[in-house]
Amino acid sequence: MTLRKYKDTPSYTATQNACKMCTPLGATLVFQGIEGCVPLLHGSQGCSTYMRRYLISHFKEPVDIASSNFTEETAVFGGGANLKLAIENVARQYAPAMIGIATTCLSETIGDDVQLILNSMGNTINDTALVHVSTPSYTGTHVDGFHGAVAAVVDRFNPVDKRIVYRPKKKKKINLFPGMLSNEDLRHLKDIFEAFHTPVTILPDYSERLEGPSWQEYQAIQKGGTPMSEIEKMNVAVHSMEFGAVLALAAENGQETAGDILNKRFGIPCTRLPIPIGVKATDRFLDNLSRISGRPVPERYRKEKWRLVDAYVDGNKYVSKKRALIYGEEDFVVSMAGFLAEVGIIPVLCASGGKSKTFKKALEQTLPETLIDQAVIQNDMDFTCMEETAAAMPEDQKPELIIGNSKGYAMARRLKIPLVRVGFPIHDRVGGARILHVGYKGAQQLFDNIVNTILTARQTESRIGYSYM
Amino acid sequence: MTSISVLKQREKQIYQKGKQPFEMTCDTKSLAGAVSQRACVFCGSRVVLYPIADALHLIHGPIGCASYTWDIRGAQSSGPELHRMSFSTDLSETDIIYGGEKKLKRALLELIDKYSPKAAFIYCTCIVGIIGDDVDAVCRQVEEETHIPVIAVHSEGFKGTKKDGYKAACDALFSLIERNKTPRITIPDSINILGEFNIGGETWMIKKYYEAMGVKVVSVITGDGRVDEVMQAGNAALNVVQCSGSVTHLAKQMEKEYGIPFIRVSYFGIEDTSDALYQVAVFFDKNPEILKKTQDLIKKEVQAIIPRLETMKKDLEGKKAAIYVGGAFKAFSLIKALKTLGMEVILAGSQTGTQEDYEVLRQMCNEGTVILDDSNPLELAKYSVEKDADLFIGGVKERPIAYKMGIGFCDHNHERKIPLVGFEGMVNFAKEVHGTVTSPVWDLVPRRQKPAGKEGAI
Repeated sequence: MTLRKYKDTPSYTATQNACKMCTPLGATLVFQGIEGCVPLLHGSQGCSTYMRRYLISHFKEPVDIASSNFTEETAVFGGGANLKLAIENVARQYAPAMIGIATTCLSETIGDDVQLILNSMGNTINDTALVHVSTPSYTGTHVDGFHGAVAAVVDRFNPVDKRIVYRPKKKKKINLFPGMLSNEDLRHLKDIFEAFHTPVTILPDYSERLEGPSWQEYQAIQKGGTPMSEIEKMNVAVHSMEFGAVLALAAENGQETAGDILNKRFGIPCTRLPIPIGVKATDRFLDNLSRISGRPVPERYRKEKWRLVDAYVDGNKYVSKKRALIYGEEDFVVSMAGFLAEVGIIPVLCASGGKSKTFKKALEQTLPETLIDQAVIQNDMDFTCMEETAAAMPEDQKPELIIGNSKGYAMARRLKIPLVRVGFPIHDRVGGARILHVGYKGAQQLFDNIVNTILTARQTESRIGYSYM
Repeated sequence: MTSISVLKQREKQIYQKGKQPFEMTCDTKSLAGAVSQRACVFCGSRVVLYPIADALHLIHGPIGCASYTWDIRGAQSSGPELHRMSFSTDLSETDIIYGGEKKLKRALLELIDKYSPKAAFIYCTCIVGIIGDDVDAVCRQVEEETHIPVIAVHSEGFKGTKKDGYKAACDALFSLIERNKTPRITIPDSINILGEFNIGGETWMIKKYYEAMGVKVVSVITGDGRVDEVMQAGNAALNVVQCSGSVTHLAKQMEKEYGIPFIRVSYFGIEDTSDALYQVAVFFDKNPEILKKTQDLIKKEVQAIIPRLETMKKDLEGKKAAIYVGGAFKAFSLIKALKTLGMEVILAGSQTGTQEDYEVLRQMCNEGTVILDDSNPLELAKYSVEKDADLFIGGVKERPIAYKMGIGFCDHNHERKIPLVGFEGMVNFAKEVHGTVTSPVWDLVPRRQKPAGKEGAI
């Protein structure tokens, strides 16, 4: 069965129930993934408080974000003095290894030159490094803030004139820029590198810091995160890996990514891959990792893979030709669509609030042509447009499954379509940060979750109910 | 815990009862670099106006402010639910350069056409104040074209604290009330309920009490709010103000312009709820029926819940609680309610309290209680642990602080979904507190572990 393509998506001036967050949020998340780093937003108090509460509701952990706390005078006369005071106070109270300073729409619009201010302080205070990333919320989305912050950190600690004294030959170290993944994803990736006996520096890594134990004593800054000493050594790695199909296209089009910086300055090759979700994408990741590290894919992953494929077989009937609506960050949607396609689910609507120009192209590289022809692919889209598009689809083309973060719940409820919660943020369930997406193991969990969601719906709708599948 | 020090500039916003003469600085802007638990002007406005369910709430600015406030509150509506949508002009770089007025107007006309709201509130965010959009002018034009009230809320984030946001919201509400051109009449034995936001259906519970007392509720500002109802507010005989910080400004305005007196109450806890209802009954003493009915109501309700509270009190006697909430008035009620449950308060603070508020707090608290203004995670953790709290009462941002330290937690903010007001609400509150304080998980957390080696040694 080939579905007719439903082309019209509504278009409005206002954004209604956005499928994105603002740029600085992504930067603060990256700063949470660096050991001893305190994020500081240069703007109004509300920005940091709102982002804290947004992140806390997902991670269920303390998320401290300081603010330079603009006043009316600051807005008129410039925020330099406030920023300096804020930096001094954060340094005094937290004694951090680093303060990650992200701008906001306010400080960008009044034209504060944050870099100049930091230069005047020598880019440090006591022993604390000051790192700045420009994140005006009127350009891009939280994803741009995320990648921007990763690049800014790498840039700062791996300067052009860095003299490389010693490049380890035996212990081949790899840099991994995973993009916005869950805590469980990051932990799983670390396990994989360990199984390959290959040292890795993952930037950022908030998996410990934003999911740690209860404490005996309050910790001003939670333990965990990529140590700065590791970031400083990224220039001696033998290779970099960067996840994200859309990011890869952006890099081709000239956006400077962290991998790029290390490549240009130190000649470190960079392999760009889609986020490894599903069998095919994970194969690709592990094959590349095997090639780069010179080590064979460990037996346990072969086992995991064939167990997964066997599970695909067992469940194939329940998912084949099911139609799905997926949404979230562009790179996440692209990889998720690839996974759905390989189990036989048709992604009829692939939506994102992201604003790249290459979302469609990335999907075209991922999905077979027959599926591309059937799918509505739209970025810069909000939940209202998604809902209206889905609702207007002919009955036999409507999505039967919604896959994405918890912000799609209201839409799913109105459309009466079951929602499978994945990605970020998960605000209405526990364990959002523990959802595993990547690797064979991640695909296994996603597959089980999706099949069971379909089975639950069938069971609930059934007149008699049944206790066997 | 000695590792956590307090910032020098913040020392005057912290007071420990009994130690030194009482002197507290408050009502100031948050200190730059301190991780304040406060939000901004916009947040204050959004909280107050949010529950008006048949109005369009359009946030003029880049996307963040709208994203982070989408459906975050537990304010319920019995009808339309337009307030649960998140509308933004989502300004982009070109709008910042060339101005956002045209986009704002287009967005407004489009949304009003699509959703047919009864009124529209346009929230100005930080950037609007900087790029100089004449939002009032756009509102006037759109009001003329669409014939519904279109009101600018001047809530630029940096122009003060959350309190200034309350004030901006009150100005917007008064401006809405002023649009009612029918002559004002004073409805006998009638009130407006102010500062009640129908979290978890609380407005409905309170309204029922007033109904039973024979008091007519003209409008609720803004719980389960409707534009037409708010516009009738000028016809009430009395304003009954809860949540002191947020809407007192409106009550004062209505007193000045319409001569409607106001009283301040709280519906939290048995004591304060009874007191609130009595105060209203006494105000309408020309109608003795009301006082009679009020007495009957309170007697009946209290009798119904006391036995249920007593059972829980047995487990809670002597347990220690820390309180950190938005307005100090809420803290007063919480202290009383916790006393009802036999608990002791060892830390009390608020984001927006005044000098007088803290003086009242001091009088209510025992020796050694720590009183905090505009605190931050480090201080809250430091004092809760030092004072060995069994329970922390606060909002979402305080929850992980408590949990990390292995302390029970009870949400008393607008995000909660359970009604805590009135008599029935007191039972819910007690259940919440009892559930978390008596949970066996605290025995497992690091803070409660016996030092290694002390057990099992023969």
